[in-house]
Formats: sequence, structure tokens, C-alpha cells
Amino acid sequence: MEKELWKGNEAVAEAAIRAGCKYFFGYPITPQNEIPEYLSYHLPKIGGCFLQAESEVAAINMIYGAAGCGVRVMTSSSSPGISLKQEGITYMCGAELPAVIVNMMRGGPGLGTIQPAQGDYFQATRGGGNGDYRHLVYAPATIQEAADYVQMAFDVADLYRNPVMVVADGMIGQMMEAIEWREMPKRELPEKTWATTGTKGERKPNVINSLYIDPNLCAEHNERLAAKYKAMEENETRWEEVNTENCEVLFVAYGTPSRITKAAIKLLEKEGIKAGLFRPITLWPYPSKQLKAAASQESVKAVVDFELSMGQMIDDVKIALEGCRPVTFVGKAGGVVPTPAEVAAAAKAAIGR
Amino acid sequence: MKRIQIITGHYGSGKTEYAVNLALHLAETTENVALADLDIVNPYFRSYEQAKRMEDAGIRVIVTSCGGVADIPAINPEVMSIFQQEKWTGVLDVGGDPIGARVLARFAHMLKAGEYDLLFVLNANRPETKDVDSALQYMQAIEAESRLKVTGIVNNTHLCRETTPEEILKGAGLAQQLSERTGLPVVHHGVQRKFVDDVKDKITGEILPMNIYMKKPWEIEFYEEE
Repeated sequence: MEKELWKGNEAVAEAAIRAGCKYFFGYPITPQNEIPEYLSYHLPKIGGCFLQAESEVAAINMIYGAAGCGVRVMTSSSSPGISLKQEGITYMCGAELPAVIVNMMRGGPGLGTIQPAQGDYFQATRGGGNGDYRHLVYAPATIQEAADYVQMAFDVADLYRNPVMVVADGMIGQMMEAIEWREMPKRELPEKTWATTGTKGERKPNVINSLYIDPNLCAEHNERLAAKYKAMEENETRWEEVNTENCEVLFVAYGTPSRITKAAIKLLEKEGIKAGLFRPITLWPYPSKQLKAAASQESVKAVVDFELSMGQMIDDVKIALEGCRPVTFVGKAGGVVPTPAEVAAAAKAAIGR
Repeated sequence: MKRIQIITGHYGSGKTEYAVNLALHLAETTENVALADLDIVNPYFRSYEQAKRMEDAGIRVIVTSCGGVADIPAINPEVMSIFQQEKWTGVLDVGGDPIGARVLARFAHMLKAGEYDLLFVLNANRPETKDVDSALQYMQAIEAESRLKVTGIVNNTHLCRETTPEEILKGAGLAQQLSERTGLPVVHHGVQRKFVDDVKDKITGEILPMNIYMKKPWEIEFYEEE
């Protein structure tokens, strides 16, 4: 198919439509505004509904309601707005409701800045809501991946009856790249027999709820959820490796930093240093085993974690490595993006060059 | 060419890249060139990022409030000097889409006919302006919001790093169709410098050779030569 030039946010919105999403509820915030803007224009054309809610809290609860009716639904926001949605996300995990939540991350904490950042890693992978819940987190690094993974996210959400989050730094929302629209591999999805679609007097009402009065039943519910999360870990973990074989320095980065790292690898190559990139595509489940395998190669002298934060994913890197290699950090928070040269310099420092 | 060049178009058509290249091109032969950033909708990839390059070339750069990086950019009142003082040759980099062009309505009454060009920058690879009907619809919506009439078309068809001469020629074809439909001239083809030789004999109309200044963070150290 012929390539077109898409802005990241528009591609996310169009991908949702192509995945069969007809409903969007959200509240404006930079740098993700083109997602609601696009959907406000295009959803009515396909008989869907776009609604600008009175707040992010209202929006996530509208998502809860629509997902409960068994339809495909999405919300999007940027960092502070995603903070407001945390309660709704744990309720959706508890009530086992599929939906897609997009976070185009900006600098924090608090209102922070509108420039790109990755300071919501902890929030996305550990959750800001209460209780033992998990959800998949996709981290696209290109507009093509953003288009692909948003489409895939709807299927995965339906398959596991669980919300799926797509996170990207604002750069990926705002930049333009050439992409082509391609069909995602089809998955066999269960029928939504649990949805509240009306009994027509033929069955007992379906109830969608996260409340369990009896602690034994709540404990059982948690066991069942845990088994589901385990299945996600086994089947849905994704990552990319670039130039990792026999590398001397192993970078770990996702999103925009992974693109900068690829440029830094070329700079290091000119100086005779072989560097590789390990890029998690799912931030949860984290590709721990695969990362440890790459890092424990004899050639690897140092692992350099690069994030647009003050160091959050680095915790998962250290958990994965179990102390097998030293880990150093390079990165900036608050909307400033390091250059390939700065990242290359961090790698040289890590190996004492 | 008129004293004031107003650059409009769909998001991603390359307005800012064209505006920066046009200002630098004008500054080669003209004194008192000013570029004003009138973009109040787009937070990233803005002309102020190239302020130093332009100032080094003698261009006066007028950015939105707070140095251009605020969440709610406001028009810098200095912009008025371009309208009021005839010594300035002005390039106005307007925000994308009809919504970005709305800012022009405030200045419409100050623009004297014959003193300005309102250019519609067109990229045939953008899904919402890829055929003549949709491009015309966008152009008319921009005219309605800005309360001004478009006076010329700029073919700026590209695919970022994946641009080929064929893409530029495809865009020239679309610009020609839009020109025939509206009676407006195609005033420029924005062509990346390295492709100028490939397309110059196959295009009618003036080519503005373009350097790529608006870069993604990982491109900065690799494409200085362009």
C-alpha cells in the first residue's frame, strides 16, 4: 500500500477507528489534542460517538460504562490527565472491562511542561490505582508502530477482558512520519457474553462490578486475575534487539530515546565501539528474561539505561539483570531531550573510554 | 512577490519548513526581512526553534509569548509592526488547519489588497489533502476562518526522510489540478535541495530549493549537510 504522512496523534485516532472503536470519551490536554480533534470529526461520520467529558474522571467512567456494554471504546490523555484516570483504571481491571487508554506523556511532576517525557513509567507499569491489578503497556517508537499497536491493543483488551494502555512521549504524538495501513494478525476472540446488552427476558441480568462483600470470593477473584496476568506475561511480552550480538555496551531504551540511541550507536561505531540496543515494546509485561540473556553475553561490559525521566525503567532493568552487569543511567526529565552525542558520551563513560 | 507572505495549510504540509526556507531565501537579497510565528495551535516543531539560524542571517524573528514554548501561546504584539511599517518584508508562519488560520481574522482589516500573498501549502501525501476535492475543501475552510482569500498554491509534497522525486512530481500534479480548479497560480514547488536536479525539467513553475531545518531529535547530528 502507498505510504502516507501521518502525525502520531492522528494515526492513533485513525488506528482506533480501523480497529472498530466507535466511541471516545476524553478531555483536552497538550500534547495529545489531535487524538480527540480527529475523532470528534471522524467518529460521527461512521455513526460513532465522540464526547468531550467535563473532566478526565468523568471520561474514564464513561469508558467503564461503554466497555460494560461490550463495545470498543478508547480514551486518551497526557500525564496529569492520566493521573486523574487512575481510579477508573483499577475499577476496570477489577470489573474485567476491555478498553484502550492512550497516554502521550509530557514533563512532570504535576502540570510540568508540554514537552516530551517518560516520567509516567512507574504509573503505567505499577499503576496509580489501588489493589493487585495489572494491564498491558505498549510503548511504540515510530508512528507505524503507534498505528499497529493501537489496533492490536483492542484485540488484546478483548482477549483478556482487561484494559490495555499505550504510552508514548509527546514527540511521538506530535511528529510526522510516513506509514502504511496494514492489517493486524487476526486473533480468535471470545464472545462478550458478560456484557450488559439487555436480557430480553431470556437470561439473568449481567452485573459488572468490582465489589466483593465476601473476602473469600474476593480472594478467589484475585487468584483468577493473577492467572490472567500470568498468561499475559507468557504470551504478550514484546521487545526489539538492534545490534546486540557481541556488543560491548548494551543500551536499554524505549520510545523516542530508542530512536536517539540508534543514532548514538552509529556515532560510537565511528569510534570503534560496538553498542547495541535492547528495546522493550511492552513495558508490562517486561521482557526481563530476554534482557538478561542479551546483557549476560561475555562481550557486554556495561548496560546503559536511557530514559526521558530521572530513572524509572532502570528499576526493571536491575530486576531483570539480577546484578549480572553494572547499570548506569543517562536521561533528562521535564521535556528536555538529550542528543545522540550526549548518549554516546554516557556509553563511553560507562566503559571508561 | 508581495511585501507580506502569509503561510497557511493543513497540519504537516510543511508550512514551517517552507516559511523558514522562504525567509532565509528572501534575506539573501532583501533587507529588513521579518518572520513572525503566528502558530497558536501546534506545540512542537515550531519556527522559533530556528530563531538563531534566522537571526544570524539578519532576519528579525517574532515569536509567540514566553519564547514560544507556552501551552497557550499568545500572539506577540510586535507582529503589528509588519503590518504598519512598510519597510518590513514579512513572512507569517500561521498555525495549521482552519483552526490555526483563525488568528488571521484579527489582522484581516489591516491587510491592504495587493500588499500580501496568502499561500496555501499543499502536501499530496497527507491523507486529508491527497486529492483535489479534499484539498479545495481545506483551502476554502482556511479562507472562511481567516476572512482572507488564498492568492497562491505551494506544492510542498514530501514524506519526511522517505521523500523521492516521484513524490514531488505527484504533488506538482495535484497542485496543478487545484490551480486549474481555482484559477490560482502555483507560486512555488518546495523541493529539497538534493532533488532539484531530478525534478527541474519535469515541473513548470518556480522551485524553492529547500534545506531541512525542522529535525527530529535523533536526526540533528546526521543531516547537517542538508
